[in-house]
Amino acid sequence: MGWVERGLRHGLHICIRISFCTFHFSNPLMASKHCGDTSSSSTGSASPVPNNYDSLEGGSYPDSMPPSNNMTNQAPPIGCYSYHNMQSAYQHGPVPHSDASPSHNVHSQPGYQQYSQPFPNLSQLSAALGGLSGVPELEVDALRPVNLLQERNLLPSRPLEAPEPNLSPDLKKVNCSPQTFRCTLTSIPQTQTLLNKARLPLGLLLHPFRDLQQLPVITSNTIVRCRSCRTYINPFVTFLDQRRWKCNLCYRVNDVPDEFMYNPVTRSYGEPHKRPEVQNSTVEFIASSDYMLRPPQPAVYLFALEVSHNAVEAGYLKYFCESLLENLDKLPGDARTRVGFLTFDSTVHFYNLQEGLSQPQMLVVSDIDDVFIPSHDSLMVNLKESKELVKELLTSLPTMFSQSRETHSALGPALQAAFKLMSPTGGRVTVFQTQLPTLGAGKLQSREDPNQRSSTKGVQHLGPATDFYKKLALDCSGQQIGVDLFLLSSQYADLASLACISKYSAGSLFYYPSFHYIHNPAQLEKFQRDLDRYLTRKIGFEAVMRIRCTKGLSIHAFHGNFFVRSTDLLSLANVNPDSAFAVQMSIEDSLADSSLACFQAALLYTSSKGKRRIRVHTLCLPVVSQLSDVYAGADVQAITCLLANMAIDRSISSTLSDARDALVNAVVDFVSAYKSSVSNLQQSGVVVPAAMRLFPLYILALLKQKALRTGTSTRLDERICAMCEFKTQPLPQLMRMVHPDLYRLDNITDQGALHLNDTVVPQPHLLHLSAERLSRDGAFLMDCGNVFYLWISKCCNEMFVRDVLGCPNYASIPPNMNHIPELQNPLSERVRAFLDWLQDNRAFSSSIHIVKDDASAKATLFPHLVEDRSDVASSYQEFLQHIQQQMSK
Amino acid sequence: RSRLQHPPTEPGGTDKKNRRKMAFTFAAFCYMLALLLTAALIFFAIWHIIAFDELKTDYKNPIDQCNTLNPLVLPEYLIHFFFCVMFLCAAEWLTLFLNLPLLAYHVWRYVSRPVMSCPGLYDPTTIMNADILAYCQKEGWCKLAFYLLSFFYYLYGYTHFSTFCVILKNVQYLANISLAFKFFPFLSLNNKLVYFIFFG
Repeated sequence: MGWVERGLRHGLHICIRISFCTFHFSNPLMASKHCGDTSSSSTGSASPVPNNYDSLEGGSYPDSMPPSNNMTNQAPPIGCYSYHNMQSAYQHGPVPHSDASPSHNVHSQPGYQQYSQPFPNLSQLSAALGGLSGVPELEVDALRPVNLLQERNLLPSRPLEAPEPNLSPDLKKVNCSPQTFRCTLTSIPQTQTLLNKARLPLGLLLHPFRDLQQLPVITSNTIVRCRSCRTYINPFVTFLDQRRWKCNLCYRVNDVPDEFMYNPVTRSYGEPHKRPEVQNSTVEFIASSDYMLRPPQPAVYLFALEVSHNAVEAGYLKYFCESLLENLDKLPGDARTRVGFLTFDSTVHFYNLQEGLSQPQMLVVSDIDDVFIPSHDSLMVNLKESKELVKELLTSLPTMFSQSRETHSALGPALQAAFKLMSPTGGRVTVFQTQLPTLGAGKLQSREDPNQRSSTKGVQHLGPATDFYKKLALDCSGQQIGVDLFLLSSQYADLASLACISKYSAGSLFYYPSFHYIHNPAQLEKFQRDLDRYLTRKIGFEAVMRIRCTKGLSIHAFHGNFFVRSTDLLSLANVNPDSAFAVQMSIEDSLADSSLACFQAALLYTSSKGKRRIRVHTLCLPVVSQLSDVYAGADVQAITCLLANMAIDRSISSTLSDARDALVNAVVDFVSAYKSSVSNLQQSGVVVPAAMRLFPLYILALLKQKALRTGTSTRLDERICAMCEFKTQPLPQLMRMVHPDLYRLDNITDQGALHLNDTVVPQPHLLHLSAERLSRDGAFLMDCGNVFYLWISKCCNEMFVRDVLGCPNYASIPPNMNHIPELQNPLSERVRAFLDWLQDNRAFSSSIHIVKDDASAKATLFPHLVEDRSDVASSYQEFLQHIQQQMSK
Repeated sequence: RSRLQHPPTEPGGTDKKNRRKMAFTFAAFCYMLALLLTAALIFFAIWHIIAFDELKTDYKNPIDQCNTLNPLVLPEYLIHFFFCVMFLCAAEWLTLFLNLPLLAYHVWRYVSRPVMSCPGLYDPTTIMNADILAYCQKEGWCKLAFYLLSFFYYLYGYTHFSTFCVILKNVQYLANISLAFKFFPFLSLNNKLVYFIFFG
């Protein structure tokens, strides 16, 4: 309850210092929308990026494309939906899964009844209208006041979808996928005053380089852009006539170049509005030499490996070498790809891999105060030409240092050497480090006091101890070198300082606490899996990303790993498909004279094949002048993620408790603002619009995260790592980490299942994260983003244990089981189909841990049950009461 | 009481030598020095404002800009600190009191600077944040206003303490000039200019 007291003391004034941007998201809420969309999903499949991944995860609702043979299951006659029929529908079987989920529970959970009532009617209506005008009803639903103190069942049956902006169907069809581009408010308030009134932050969540399965690539001599603001032509521009178009960001009228009049897809002339650029909101251009400062660089990879005694003890080297050997041919690149290796303990070792040598030569530089490169042309070698030598080196590396007695680690000098090696070309440096750097430039001291790990007073040392790594990262960024850090440390390694090397060079960070190849098989497995993905994933070099927005909007701050080169330009030495960015926005001038606001993110990069490319995403959102419209379009997940990013910044620049107070105050402010905006609201209690009904829950979940919690013992490095993850993870992944998805698996059925190609994927319902939802006779799956927990209760159905886990009974389940055997029975197949489907939707595959109902569950699973009270943190109900108290002050 | 409130001595008194001594006090010297140094600080402030404006309008790379701004921070603070110490020695309490808030602000600002190995305040990785940028710009304008006001204040303080000396000198010059006119009438064309230089 620490925060209660603090919150009381600090009061509301703290929140005033946080300027929040508001954003609006149209409420994803569930069922009504999904139903409404069912009929329009056929048009959806013709959408600009007909992307399977999209259709699975975000583009349209998973259940929304029932093949015709599944019609009985999925699309009952509309009449069935009306309220008075619900009961019979429930009893007689084939119940539409997606929208009926609330109605499913009507009998068992009275709390739902009130909640679910509007849906059947709404869905019926919008379905009947065929998505022509489902929007007003949706808004009504999103705005329905929900008293959180009374309504307990808030979760939709399936993971929350991004709300759809309230746009005309034509615009909706071409709009950017919410997977790539998401705004916290899907209806943009007209003025900053309105935004301030809403007390919600305005911002974008971007995942610009995400793996797409289909992407229109355009090769053309002239890339059509606005002459004044340089916006790329996009689906939301207006054609005044055949020869002129009006920019949707700055409203300048531009000429259509001749080349653009010809449409290569239809081979017709005179239809500029049919060009792919104007039909798709996500496109990629092949850029001409105008977009190059130098010839496109080849793919260059340097691996810097720590080989001190500590590193040898941890035993990562062998697994790294194995993984790289295996993936050597899959490294993204072309014939020009170059690789290099360096290892370091108290000295720095280079490897001469020049073609023609009989075996790799090791060159040792022991002058770590002034590192120099012993040979300039033979250390970074062409992979194709020197492949045999590289293979030989990778085979011999693990044994070369097995006798090492050197305990020091000269990370700083090694990084300086890497910088010097890579400067002429740019590229990617991958650093493996297992301990605190103890020698040379950038050496660090231990700053963590283990006794303070569970302090509630505030956490020290969240910022870097030295600016060595930051400066080096900026130098690297200037030379187009991205540094990725793998930290496999069992002791404190001052990640707060080390992470700077990746943060400002647009790299990524991987942290494996307590890594040991024998004692910690779970971490080893995660390491191997991450490496497989890391080595083979796409990569873009020497990239910059510019974010443009409609006149009147301006960018306030960026979150993520990059260097901000100017107000709207990010410099990204490397860009990878797994990192996301957040942008805080503010409204400088009134947007009253336009009804639409647009955002465009353009990512210019060099592909691993040496092509200069520009990936352009454009998002279009309506501008509204009413506060209620702003609330109707609020995207609670995006808001949570943006607030998380802001809170991380706050905790580093100020204090952790300040950041926590600010988060609580964000909820208090929002609830008070909503209350004062709805004049006829008679209810007391915590009342929020339905679109935002999960907001307090998500904020509570945030406060219980490793990054922001106090009172629970948290290692400083793990906290910092969690903070870095908040800043770089894409939204769905982040939301799963903050608020894991909980499903009951022992009674999993095919009812309402998703049919994908040949497989049937069951869709169990989401459960609230509370121990009261767990039962003594069930098996529950918790999806925490990077790990799955399968919790088997003591009295679990024997059939489940036998059929799915392949163990005769509960007692015989081994303690550290971490795989699901492939058994040939319907239950096992269903469970595995569901798990595989969950895995398919994420970049790094997650490991699964079978957790038995014993002490181990307490440490792994129960901390994720965020609605329950823990030793130091309050329960959801207590949190709501605290909010209520704060409001009445 | 502060020397500022001292009634100015009347010109044309009895003991010219004594008054002349009084006029060239240490305080007057301090004011003169502060006047010159504040002029320098005004240039610093203008430079600062221009630099942040350039950042905001995308003309400059934040790394370069920080590299040019950071070396100027400490000199600015030291100059200000220096004449604060001078005023302390001259027992100019009011002036010192007026400068103390800025001195305290400088100390606070420098103590709470980001972790940096080189002197300075500005970190290229955070400077582009709109909050920080706006703060720095506002700081620049406020400082410019403060320095301008204090410039005129020091000017007043300086003339106040050296009034006697100035008047004495002026009388001498006038005498000399009128003498010169008597003997060299052809100078009369230039005399307006000379007059302008000394009294304009």
